Amino acid sequence: MSIEVHHLTKTFGTFAALRDVSLTVLSGELVAILGPSGSGKTTLLRIIAGLERPDEGSGPILFHEKDMARRNVGDRQVGFVFQHYALFRHMSVFENVAFGLRVRARFSRPSKQQIRLKVQQLLSLVQMEGMAERYPGQLSGGQRQRVALARALAVEPKVLLLDEPFGALDAKVRQELRRWLRRLHDEISITSVFVTHDQDEALELADRVVVMNQGAVEQIGTPDELFHHPKTEFVMSFLGQVNRFHGRVEGGKVLFASITVSTPRLEGAPAGHARVFIRPHELDLDLQENGRPGLKAFVLRIYSAGPTVRLELAAESGETFLAELSQDRFQALKISAGSTIFVAPRDLRVFGSGNGR
Amino acid sequence: MALVVARTVSVRRTLRQSPVDEPRWVQGALIASSLGFLGLFLFAPLAAVFTEALRKGLGAYLESFREPDALSAIELTLFTAAIAVPANLAFGLAASWAIAKFNFVGKSILVTLIDLPFAVSPVISGLIFVLLFGLQGWLGPWLAEQDIKIIFAVPGIVLATIFVTFPFVARELIPLMQEQGTEEEQAALLLGAGGWQTFRRVTLPNVKWALLYGVILCNARAMGEFGAVSVVSGHIRGRTNTMPLHVEILYNEYNFAAAFSVASLLTLLALFTLALKALVEWKRREEVSHALEAAAAEEGR
Amino acid sequence: MRISLKQHSVLPGFGLTLGYTMVYLGAIVLIPLSALFFKTAALSWGEFWGIISEPRVLASYRLTFGASLLAAGINAVFGFIVAWTLVRYPFPGKRLVDAAVDLPFALPTAVSGIALTAIYAPNGWIGRWLEPLGIKAAFSPLGVTIALTFIGLPFVVRTLQPALEELEPEIEEAAATLGASRSQTFRRVILPAVLPALITGFGLAFARAVGEYGSVVFISGNMPMRTEIAPLLIITKLEQYDYAGATAIAVVLLAASFLLILLINLLEWWSSRHHRKGA
Repeated sequence: MSIEVHHLTKTFGTFAALRDVSLTVLSGELVAILGPSGSGKTTLLRIIAGLERPDEGSGPILFHEKDMARRNVGDRQVGFVFQHYALFRHMSVFENVAFGLRVRARFSRPSKQQIRLKVQQLLSLVQMEGMAERYPGQLSGGQRQRVALARALAVEPKVLLLDEPFGALDAKVRQELRRWLRRLHDEISITSVFVTHDQDEALELADRVVVMNQGAVEQIGTPDELFHHPKTEFVMSFLGQVNRFHGRVEGGKVLFASITVSTPRLEGAPAGHARVFIRPHELDLDLQENGRPGLKAFVLRIYSAGPTVRLELAAESGETFLAELSQDRFQALKISAGSTIFVAPRDLRVFGSGNGR
Repeated sequence: MALVVARTVSVRRTLRQSPVDEPRWVQGALIASSLGFLGLFLFAPLAAVFTEALRKGLGAYLESFREPDALSAIELTLFTAAIAVPANLAFGLAASWAIAKFNFVGKSILVTLIDLPFAVSPVISGLIFVLLFGLQGWLGPWLAEQDIKIIFAVPGIVLATIFVTFPFVARELIPLMQEQGTEEEQAALLLGAGGWQTFRRVTLPNVKWALLYGVILCNARAMGEFGAVSVVSGHIRGRTNTMPLHVEILYNEYNFAAAFSVASLLTLLALFTLALKALVEWKRREEVSHALEAAAAEEGR
Repeated sequence: MRISLKQHSVLPGFGLTLGYTMVYLGAIVLIPLSALFFKTAALSWGEFWGIISEPRVLASYRLTFGASLLAAGINAVFGFIVAWTLVRYPFPGKRLVDAAVDLPFALPTAVSGIALTAIYAPNGWIGRWLEPLGIKAAFSPLGVTIALTFIGLPFVVRTLQPALEELEPEIEEAAATLGASRSQTFRRVILPAVLPALITGFGLAFARAVGEYGSVVFISGNMPMRTEIAPLLIITKLEQYDYAGATAIAVVLLAASFLLILLINLLEWWSSRHHRKGA
């Protein structure tokens, strides 16, 4: 089932949580809503679920082209997984998962036997067989997360919504559960939307990512599109590490940190003040100037413990920035702290004063 | 596609209305029955005290306080509270220090025993002192020989009052001091403060609102206690009558206006207690929210 | 000896404060209370049973426990509504109402007694409306129940309020997304979560009502066999210098109160364990 929302606006008092947000999620897709805290991502998710009402004048909320805006939460057939799971602590795992089936009106309620079977299926789907009689307090964070998921799936929702699904877990469990969730999604292929502030999570897990900032959508696209073709300064700096320089655009070229580069990637930046973004791994390092426009820099610190080596550099103009290179290249260059090297950008993006946020 | 959805919900809302809340008529009905119940059981009696007290006019109202028996009842009530409150304050401080700052065997039993007087009916609280000091009691005959009167006299009233107000200060302090732990006191000792200095400058300021609250409640109960005092007092007008006992005597003599006049003083004391309690709670909340704000500011860098 | 029973601490004053605590507790509470039990122990079982099985005494117990139970029940229902509205809904004057809930704690019982009598007497503000309906509020068992409801109210409201505040809104939202109606959510999710607090409040109100004297004696009318509560009977026996009778009646009352408090503590201990298990 597809989800479409159009021109959603939501204000809490004087705080604008959402400003004119529109979004389409295709049937069977796994979409991430990514943004810093306060960007309105959770509000958007809660409006889709029916847990908040959008402001007057907002457009419709369509599930499979049917307007849900005036439907109650319980009638939307939405599965919602809360950030802190919101498990019923006085109920066992079994009772938690069975809850949605047991509260159905008598004529549509499955028999006890059917409920038992269904709950057992779900518990084995989330790999929680044998835990049915436990109480939420006796489970680890990751287990609670999976119970919450099973509980949400029990009502056979058409749409699955997850609020910061891995937010309350520690790093290792998070990694495991992330991959597990992706496999689960591929298995049951239910239209899913999840909210996260973790860019790695969004980029690794989602088919498409919606980047939000200050209540508005910055960009919607596949992880590749967002990472390699960010449309706004915000997306550029929010996804991955990036060096930011102040410069000027003049005659189709950009000047920054004492070098001049001509690039096709001016993104229509008008002449004048501009901000230049370069990712650390898009910098070529050399011991000599080799004809390309290079920037002379001093090595301040070296972080070599890891799959790549990161260097903290200082340009002659005083700006500090990061460069990333392979261990092999680092060995070949024989750099140490205090060395002078030449840095040439392989790629860069320029945002003028007009199109940055 | 800009289809504007008409809403039935009015824009002006006085009640919280999110999609998971009760319908507004349910909310309204619950508020109405809640206020109705409180009106019948709380506010009507409160209003009745003052209406009845002023039934014969302000002159008669003030006149009833000039009566010598009323004055001596007020005096005895103040005297009793002046002994009971400091006595239980000292006990509360000592008990909470021992219980909250140290770990020892039998601590939880001690805490339960301190709460014991709350579980005892006021009448029984009086009765036990009669059994102890009354003429048929353990020490009665000996006391009679020495010509010391405790029951049907002021000492009995004071003792019974101390008994019923016994836990008030301690039970406010113990949980708070337990929560605060001993780190600050240890820091003070390491910085060279003595035991008494540590208590006065570190412990006491940390619990001042709870302490004040406990003293307020203790005082209100000390001045208002009726059942226990009634048993041990002997009801001798002008000598062993406290204010609540005086109210009873006037009421039983069908002198309603005077009874409610004295009652109105006690009611004002109760209202004052509630106001102070609200103030103390507000102060405590303010301190907590300041701390939370500071923590949030730190977290947000 | 004590040193071994106590964990080492650098803080001073343990011996002094604990010593003072024990002496004061003993002198004010334990010794006087023990007098009651020694006095009872002086009675033979037959004498004791004779006293507490007198019809007048039995009638007073029936009234005391019956009215207390009823009052605690009324408070469980309306106290729940009061706590719910105070926690959940905004309305004008809310803070004032919230503060006023403690009035029965703060108001001397004699004052509550005469004030309630004034209202519910046949010529009182409320009593005059009940009279034509054939309802006799004051000077009847109903009057006793009214007074006991008044003094028990804060116990239920004040134990429920924090429990209701602690409920996370997400729990209710989760129930709603799973298709539960509002009343199903209330019955299956909210009520079980606050039930321990509700039972505790009920128990405290009940225990308090059983021993209550001041607020009841004015409104009850004190007719033997009909509207005489057990604490009043204790005083009556004392005035007749029947110390043994007073003591026997008191011991039963006190034992009932202690039992109630014990049950409440057990429940709290159990539910805090359960709570931790379910945290």
